[in-house]
Amino acid sequence: MKAFLMFKDRDLNPNPELPPYERDLTQDLELNTLYKAMAMENADLFDVARKVVLSSLNDLDTILYRQNILKDCLKNPSIVRDIYNIAVETIENRRKHHLGSVLFNYPSSILYGSVQLLQYFVEMLKKLKHIADEHANEFESEGFTAFFAMLKKELDDEYFASIQNHLKELQFRDGVLISAELISGNVGDNYVLRKPPDKKGNWMKRILSKKPPVYSFSIHPRDEGGARALSELRDRGINLVANALAQSAEHILSFFNMLRLELSFYIGCLNLYDLLTQIGEPISFPFPVASSERKHTFKGLYDICLALTMKRKVVGNDLNIDNKDLVIVTGANQGGKSTFLRSIGIAQLMMQCGMFVPAEYFCANICGKLFTHYKRKEDVTMKSGKLDEELSRMSDILDHITINSMVLFNESFAATNEREGTEIARQIVSALVEKHIKVLFVTHLYEFAHGFYEKKMENALFLRAERKSEGKRTYRVIEGEPLQTSFGEDLFKKIFGIAN
Amino acid sequence: MVFESILFKRLEDGINKDTEDQPDFFPDLNLDQVVKAITASRQEEYNIKPFFHIPLHDIDAITYRQEIMGDLENELLFESIKAFSQKMHSIRVYLKLIDKLYYKYNKQGWFLKAVEIYCDAITNLGDALSSFDLKSRGLINFREYVTEYTRSDRFISLQMETNTLKKDLSTVRYCIHIDGSRVRVRQYQSEIDYSAEVEKTFEKFKQGAVKDYRLQYRTDAGMNHVEAKILELVAQLFPEIFSHLDHYCSENAHFLDEKIATFDREVQFYIAYLEFIAIFKQVGLKFCYPEITSTRKEVFNSEGYDLALAYKLIIEKQSVVCNDFYLKDKERIFVVSGPNQGGKTTFARTFGQLHYLASLGCPVPGREARLFLFDRILTHFEKEENIKNLHGKLQDDLVRIHSILDQASSNSIVILNEIFTSTTLKDAIFLSSKVMEKILQLDLLCVWVTFIVELASYNEKTVSVVSTVVPENPAQRTFKIVRKPADGLSFALSIAEKYRLTQDYIRERIKV
Repeated sequence: MKAFLMFKDRDLNPNPELPPYERDLTQDLELNTLYKAMAMENADLFDVARKVVLSSLNDLDTILYRQNILKDCLKNPSIVRDIYNIAVETIENRRKHHLGSVLFNYPSSILYGSVQLLQYFVEMLKKLKHIADEHANEFESEGFTAFFAMLKKELDDEYFASIQNHLKELQFRDGVLISAELISGNVGDNYVLRKPPDKKGNWMKRILSKKPPVYSFSIHPRDEGGARALSELRDRGINLVANALAQSAEHILSFFNMLRLELSFYIGCLNLYDLLTQIGEPISFPFPVASSERKHTFKGLYDICLALTMKRKVVGNDLNIDNKDLVIVTGANQGGKSTFLRSIGIAQLMMQCGMFVPAEYFCANICGKLFTHYKRKEDVTMKSGKLDEELSRMSDILDHITINSMVLFNESFAATNEREGTEIARQIVSALVEKHIKVLFVTHLYEFAHGFYEKKMENALFLRAERKSEGKRTYRVIEGEPLQTSFGEDLFKKIFGIAN
Repeated sequence: MVFESILFKRLEDGINKDTEDQPDFFPDLNLDQVVKAITASRQEEYNIKPFFHIPLHDIDAITYRQEIMGDLENELLFESIKAFSQKMHSIRVYLKLIDKLYYKYNKQGWFLKAVEIYCDAITNLGDALSSFDLKSRGLINFREYVTEYTRSDRFISLQMETNTLKKDLSTVRYCIHIDGSRVRVRQYQSEIDYSAEVEKTFEKFKQGAVKDYRLQYRTDAGMNHVEAKILELVAQLFPEIFSHLDHYCSENAHFLDEKIATFDREVQFYIAYLEFIAIFKQVGLKFCYPEITSTRKEVFNSEGYDLALAYKLIIEKQSVVCNDFYLKDKERIFVVSGPNQGGKTTFARTFGQLHYLASLGCPVPGREARLFLFDRILTHFEKEENIKNLHGKLQDDLVRIHSILDQASSNSIVILNEIFTSTTLKDAIFLSSKVMEKILQLDLLCVWVTFIVELASYNEKTVSVVSTVVPENPAQRTFKIVRKPADGLSFALSIAEKYRLTQDYIRERIKV
């Protein structure tokens, strides 16, 4: 029995190996703002959101599989939250009431605890089954349809009855029957619990059949050692069945755990959707295309983190950067370049984990891996110089990069003089583009940007932070040739309050 | 020839020597360490140390062992013998266990197991011995003995009965019904496995690896009174099998063959030594079977080394320096001089160790060797310095030397290490010369480590050997001992040169 709500054919890995550069990604794209919005103060939801967002999918099918499930969730939020709550309640109750927790490690106590726990689980499974019976037809996605069908098929009434029967038998009201063999030293071993012959059978046959000899003895009530020995023998007999039962309970628990885990992602999406709706920001389901293509067209793409932080609508961008491998963004300080770069990065991650994206329309190729290379404020470790540190991070990226990946650079390699920075950046970017890696580069290095502009490459695009005359910013990026100044003067004037 | 012992060609050589103490010279030559290392894993069970404390004084007795050792160098044969010993060990463990157990059928069960192993051990041993082309008189004789034994009616019927009983007991299957304090025992009637059925019911929930809740029950060799009672009832369910077992146990109480049991102990001498030297062979050090002579004193050895030191160095993963020695014509005495910590004592010990190990019939360190069949090894190594009692020490030295020279014959080996250090040089030279005279008179083999270079060129019977240093860096020893006149100066001079403190250097350095 599997929920399979994140993958068509496998469980969600609760502890995926996250990319080694995830700290950079999280910091540069301010992903924690996103996770917080999804989590709504729930640490488990935060954890799942983080792991799922960072574990980008590379296959279109799974992305669409999740998109469809998410669409069902947006349509039936309260039913989905009900299912989620059943899973959470089951897990919490088991924990709270120490159900099935084993104080003494004896098979008899393991068996007793497991019987109790299973009885509780059966009740919760029945609730789940009830939802399936009531609401299955309100869902359309492949994932939910299969999930409800599975519940109906596996958990029919007959099955529940057979479990109840076992749980009753396993209280051993008529004693325990164990078979054994002799091993070396004539020591009894290989104890196997046996099902007693059915008493209801043919009574005539039972009377007529020759009775095999039975020998017996009793332990004296004051023989404590004997009682202990006997109970150990009994324990040996039920060792396997106790194990089987305890493991079954654990399996059912992990079914609930997995259900909770997988639904956590969708609950996170529902939470995020509610928040965005309050702000009035739109969402849409993106159109992913194969990683070998070069697609990147969007309308109203906004920085979701900025919107969530400001709690209001923010400026979005419309652009068509299809068929481009290289995008270089220059222009005014505080003109929205970084915001733009971040919105690109986050939208990519959200698309590649099956979420909706913060845009009215978004279509992009999926990328092998996403990297960010941002200028750091200072070298925290003090181990190396700033350029050293930057280059070392770049080298780390190159350790992991694959074809069709995307790298977002923000003011990289400016830690040295412009000529050197230009040369370093030029060599790195040329190589990446040559290797078919998508590069978005926000920079003040005029020589660098201009150099590429001069080349008139088909697959390169140049953007500028829009600046109206008289220095007013729109926080939009538009197509345009790199300009020599970054309008620092404007900023200076603004801050120092010097009017024109 | 009737097989008697794998250690002694003539049984009387070894009789009543199980408690033999180690020879006096053992600590001086570090042979106590060597024997301890050789016997470490076997001493407790087999008490084989005494075997290493009795040197042989007969060349044929030594050859008898060398042959056996040579046969056992065949790895497959060696492993077969070890496997045999391992089984004999198990048998002893079971017999000891039976003594500690309380319930009859439990004891009988283990007795059956012990005999089963015994039959196995003997059969395998016989097969192994017959499949090798043995060269040694000892093992060939033993093989004959074993072959005869395995063909005896007694052994054959023991083996058959053991197998029958084992098979019968393995068919015993029964059911126990526990209801409160009441226990019923009856035959098993193919009742279905209930655990499997429960497991199947819950199969659909299987999600991947889960904890194993099974309690790991140790199956004890013994049993408690409840298990014993059940076993008693099981015996009633299967009366024929258990009465057969009863009869079998009383019939075969003394199943162990005494000569084979003795072989098992004595062969440990060879196994222990071969396992020990394997450590050295693994790092490329050589062993050889020395030629033993009782007539010629022109002994030699190439690529030899001190086993105790080498053992330590190998454990510390350091390299071992080998040395050669030879005596020719009238040469009898090695006078060893040179810088300290350069391997002088090691050289002396090596000489003694080689001769002693050879007298045990063991292969010795080195590529090739001819060694002398000594009657005694006598050593005097300087004991810890005692400053308070210099006078007393010289006296002790003299008393010891006297007793050594008293015991020594021309077939003895004397090893002296830095004696007479506690007196003036003049005294030392005088006393040493006196001792030298005595030694020369006896014409015995001697190694004498000394700082008195005058001894090195005493006459044609003395050979000067010197420990050496690396010429460019005198502080570094080569641990090579070479034949070379002793000048007592080269070491000091080279150090002086290094620090530009020779006469010439100083002249040059002091400018007017």
